[in-house]
Amino acid sequence: MGRITLDKVQKKFGEVEVIPPLDLTVEDGEFVVFVGPSGCGKSTLLRLIAGLEDVSGGEIRIDGKPATDLPPAKRGLAMVFQSYALYPHMSVRKNIAFPMKMAGMPQDEQDRRIAKAADALNLTDYLDRRPGQLSGGQRQRVAIGRAIVREPAAFLFDEPLSNLDAALRVGMRMEISELHSTLKTTMIYVTHDQVEAMTMADKIVVLRAGHIEQVGSPLDLYHAPRNTFVAGFIGSPKMNLMGGAAAAKHDATTIGIRPEHLDVVDTGGTFTGKVGVSEHLGSDTFFHVHIPEMNEPMTVRAGGEVGLRHGDTIYLEPQADKIHRFDAKGLRIA
Amino acid sequence: MATEHSKSSARIMIAPAVFVLLVWMLVPLCMTLYFSFADYRPMRATFDAWIGFDNYVSFLTSSSFLSSLGTTLWMVGGILSITIAGGVVLALLLDQPMFGQGIVRILVIAPFFVMPTVSALVWKNMFFNVDNGLFSYLFKFFGAQPYDFLSQSPLFSIVIIVAWQWLPFATLILLTAVQSLSSEQLEAAEMDGAPPLSRFWYIILPHLSRAITVVILIQTIFLLSIFAEIFVTTNGAFGTRTLTYLVYQRVLESQNIGLGSAGGIVAVILANFVAIFLMRIVGKNLDN
Repeated sequence: MGRITLDKVQKKFGEVEVIPPLDLTVEDGEFVVFVGPSGCGKSTLLRLIAGLEDVSGGEIRIDGKPATDLPPAKRGLAMVFQSYALYPHMSVRKNIAFPMKMAGMPQDEQDRRIAKAADALNLTDYLDRRPGQLSGGQRQRVAIGRAIVREPAAFLFDEPLSNLDAALRVGMRMEISELHSTLKTTMIYVTHDQVEAMTMADKIVVLRAGHIEQVGSPLDLYHAPRNTFVAGFIGSPKMNLMGGAAAAKHDATTIGIRPEHLDVVDTGGTFTGKVGVSEHLGSDTFFHVHIPEMNEPMTVRAGGEVGLRHGDTIYLEPQADKIHRFDAKGLRIA
Repeated sequence: MATEHSKSSARIMIAPAVFVLLVWMLVPLCMTLYFSFADYRPMRATFDAWIGFDNYVSFLTSSSFLSSLGTTLWMVGGILSITIAGGVVLALLLDQPMFGQGIVRILVIAPFFVMPTVSALVWKNMFFNVDNGLFSYLFKFFGAQPYDFLSQSPLFSIVIIVAWQWLPFATLILLTAVQSLSSEQLEAAEMDGAPPLSRFWYIILPHLSRAITVVILIQTIFLLSIFAEIFVTTNGAFGTRTLTYLVYQRVLESQNIGLGSAGGIVAVILANFVAIFLMRIVGKNLDN
């Protein structure tokens, strides 16, 4: 079982406080994604949980038992690294067997688990190859295999897909989600890619500079971002945030409207601007609209085929119930 | 080097260097070959340009040949094992972050810059000397009888001297190899439950294997021709006569240039055997 509790966990590197005291609970069987811009401390947080870094304060509990001072191997967690960290001189079989060999498990049990993991991850044909002879996706699966055979209390993933190409990434995303639904083991997944976070997570933890900005299900974060940071970070393309007169009309310092909640109308509309760059994706078209009274262009999602070209005048009307309002501190106004 | 023109001009520019190298190597080699078939003893004013394989036969059949071969193997083997074991340990230690890292690293490399003759003299007079050597003081301090290294175990003493000189080289190469090991691999092994000794054995050592073969190859080539250390310390006495030293004795002490040349050619052939053998191992190791 893998319920992980962080109680006022803090990390300092010298004088620099990377993670201010932080509380978080990861329930058993949950798929939790830590997401945030680079340098926000999400990988450090994961390494603290793994035991690869020592905490500067606070306590980590795994299944209610204090784990703060336990060495990584004793915490019963398995980690998948960004670079996969496979052992290049060992065959795939030996790579997967390594944690079991270190635990002194009997050979027949090892073989049984290797066969099971290889079968689940489509690695059976590659067991006797070296990691150097495998493709990126296969290496990733070996790294996952090495984690699975230990039957850990929880899996930790440190940006596991960032070295893969776009097509493979989508595939591996599915495989990891699939794995989670079969194993039902706790998984903590670190990424800077909010698409990965939205598609895979049961619960997303948005981090900025070591602070937890918001914790919630993907749709909670999408529908009710707690502050402007989360609003701008979650959702693709980004939410349009605007201040000034447009916000004042809604009694707020800042308002946010997602590109998909702006309708293109024939005349009138709240905003009038000129079409700048447009991105045609086939199913959707994203327009970057330059509005005279605003500094930044506004992103608008329109249907697949809209007869607007660069320089055309466009009229926009936000969907009234989809406007997010934020106060002077950037916090959401309910 | 894309066009025909640049290719041919490159060849012309390389030519002088190739020519000098060839002359440098081929002329002495050919002269040695020529003398090895001659009975040439200048002190006795003997010169017979062709006596067939007589020199080879007498060099190979003399009892000193086999013993010198054995000595060479012992010496090279001993130095290699000390430098590699010590080099791995030092490389791992130097890789740890510590105060004054830069200075320590320079100090560790320093012995490599000391000339072989000088280091042999320093060791002979300052460490191994029975009356004034540091080791003698150390033995006396602990109440033991001073040990006369150079006459009691001369081969071992020379191995120590040369190993001291080559340890920095091994350390340097192995240190770069240690530094190229990804920390994630070690962390993964740590997560997998491998204690430090297992991490060394299963992760670090295999990672270093390539660098170790390179060290073995390069050192062997240089160690086969150890001369100054033997000359300065024991003069080839007490079973420290290596093949190189035997050749030197035949030429200069016996004043038999023909016999010495034959020995030289034998040494060249043996060294090539070793080199080919080692190259194949290294090649295999570098492949994967």
